Amino acid sequence: MPLNDGSDGFPSALKLLIAGGFGVGKTTFVGAVSEIEPLHTEELLTTASVGTDRLTGVEGKSTTTVAMDFGRITISKEHVLYLFGTPGQERFWFMWDELSSGAMGAVVLADTRRLEDCFPAVDFFESRGIGFLVAVNEFDTTCRYEPDDVRSALDLKPDTPIVLCDARDQRSSTGVLISLMQHLLAQQACR
Amino acid sequence: MLDTDEHWFDDAAGRLIRPYTVSNGRTEPTTRMELLSMVIATGRRPQGQLGPEHAQALGLCGSFTTVAEVAARLSLPAVVTKILLSDLVDWGVVKTRAPDPMADSTNLTVLETILDALERRI
Repeated sequence: MPLNDGSDGFPSALKLLIAGGFGVGKTTFVGAVSEIEPLHTEELLTTASVGTDRLTGVEGKSTTTVAMDFGRITISKEHVLYLFGTPGQERFWFMWDELSSGAMGAVVLADTRRLEDCFPAVDFFESRGIGFLVAVNEFDTTCRYEPDDVRSALDLKPDTPIVLCDARDQRSSTGVLISLMQHLLAQQACR
Repeated sequence: MLDTDEHWFDDAAGRLIRPYTVSNGRTEPTTRMELLSMVIATGRRPQGQLGPEHAQALGLCGSFTTVAEVAARLSLPAVVTKILLSDLVDWGVVKTRAPDPMADSTNLTVLETILDALERRI
């Protein structure tokens, strides 16, 4: 497989993940920042078997169809950014390594009414060392929480940013991605 | 009345052809592809007549695009789309490249390029 040395004219596709619980606004967020209407596809992903009812002699792997919504932002002639949200099977998406492999970073969208829904995503990105921030999607009816309350509720590391956003708003959601890039840059500077 | 250009898709019933029918029952692409593998038509003319799905897939590769986008626009699962696209690669009418393993979060230049581009959007 030829590597990208820029000589063959192919742009690089870069991946960001938009994670969070069901109904938190992942697809809305993707739609707000994407230059195209969010697209939908299904991918067959390999899942490590965790059950006890494994058949003797069968490898501990199975495949599952995972539904994804995604959008695109063209950065330059050389780089295209893809944002993947996972509307289906949201409780289990973190089991699929293929989804996160090659991801530059992630946004964990949180709804303060159901903060616990984003625990799996936070755990996953922390354990895989994928840089992420938590974006609190402020619904109209939500009573507002201070970022520090969210931080302690999610037991976030001190350097994990928390930002507020309106996932329906292009400026606000793009601002979240800007904060994520600044965070990833700051992490690199610390290494 | 259904039109082949409409992907044999019915709003109520979903796809009217089983996904693997279009790949002739095959479940593995001949070229390894990922969702974010880039594809583009080579400009070479196919030898012989392409089937409707292959022709549609080729039609979506007029400019750089990804396996994920082609799959979404064909309303086909990614795994089936990879088989169609790998056929087109075998026939020399599409070329592909896997995502760049170096273009990750450790590449400062890439991060700065993205940051600049995002800031210009607001």
